[in-house]
Amino acid sequence: MLINFDNDRPIYVQLAEAIEDNILKEIYKEDEQIMSTTEISLNFKINPATAGKGINILVDEGILYKKRGLGMFVSKGAKETILQKRKNYFYQSYVLPLIQESKKLGITYTEIIKMIERTDKYE
Amino acid sequence: MSNLQTKNLTKTFNDVKAIDNITLEIQENKIYGLLGRNGAGKTTLLNLITSRLMPDSGDITLDNQRIFENQAFLSSIFYMSEGNLYPETLKLKDIIKWTARFYPHFDIDYAKSLAKEYSLDLNKKFKKLSTGYQSIFKAILALSSNARIMLFDEPVLGLDATHRDMLYGHILKSYTDDPKTIIISTHLIEEVHELLEEIVIIKSGELIYNGSSEDLMDSYTVVAGEDIKVDEYVKDKELVEASSAGRYKTAVIRLENTSLIAEKDRYKELEFSRPQLQKLFISLTR
Repeated sequence: MLINFDNDRPIYVQLAEAIEDNILKEIYKEDEQIMSTTEISLNFKINPATAGKGINILVDEGILYKKRGLGMFVSKGAKETILQKRKNYFYQSYVLPLIQESKKLGITYTEIIKMIERTDKYE
Repeated sequence: MSNLQTKNLTKTFNDVKAIDNITLEIQENKIYGLLGRNGAGKTTLLNLITSRLMPDSGDITLDNQRIFENQAFLSSIFYMSEGNLYPETLKLKDIIKWTARFYPHFDIDYAKSLAKEYSLDLNKKFKKLSTGYQSIFKAILALSSNARIMLFDEPVLGLDATHRDMLYGHILKSYTDDPKTIIISTHLIEEVHELLEEIVIIKSGELIYNGSSEDLMDSYTVVAGEDIKVDEYVKDKELVEASSAGRYKTAVIRLENTSLIAEKDRYKELEFSRPQLQKLFISLTR
């Protein structure tokens, strides 16, 4: 797991996202164990309390679960949960502002679709 | 819960208040950053906590008992000071033996293995060491002391980037292996930021912040944009600092940044962001 922490958001949020990314990429699979809070802390040189906070977000959302005395594991359906969450986020942070901005600039719906198709072709 | 407390602590040097009425609670088993500009009183505060200085007034207690010259308490606190207090002609291995006599849980083998990791020859004399290696040696003593409270005053002075990284790792390892109270006083804020859970900021001898690192970062917001618009926005808010580059203005204000969506939506022409610890520190202590 590689994280380049930025300063815009709390470290624990960025840590939780990095773990989610690894679940999406199936580096961490369902019912597989992930790094412990201590391992995360030492690996990324972050305070263990911060690491714990990041893990707890994912536990609260049902993405990770704790096995007493063993550690943290990836929940069944975690990937699906994350995808759904990210899609909602995508709509809120990209689609809504896109539509708002396009209205401001007088760009029509058809023009937007054309732009997307054009970009898709070049990629 | 046992902890370290100072109550109305004051220390004056030549009519200048180096520490001005500081009441502070250091919670057990957390990593603290003690931040302040040069001359703010960080070292004086640490010297007072460890009885190297007598306060003019006020109290320092550990587990609600006065700490001053209480040998049992003093051996549960290890203070890696910025100054050099070790007999310069002694060999490092003898300083280790000598230090171990004062700290009942001192781990001599660990000290030796750390020395090896940093390629430090323990047959050398302290005065023969470079500034960086003097820091490393003092940090090794602290880490091997197994004290319940470890105070580090500028622990990475003169260390190269690799050794700094190693030392932060060793401090963290010592903490995760056996939780203890750690206070790190440093100017290299960005480097240690992620290690810290709690932050204490002092300015001209006065305490200006004592709380969690997250809370501090959440409590302030950076607003930027066209000067007139920024001025309009901040006029009824608590302004910490503002700076301009042409007509582009940046202001640090006291405002929770955890729910800025409404602000961003209402003031589209302004940019809002979470401050960086170092920049926030500069704003708060200028």
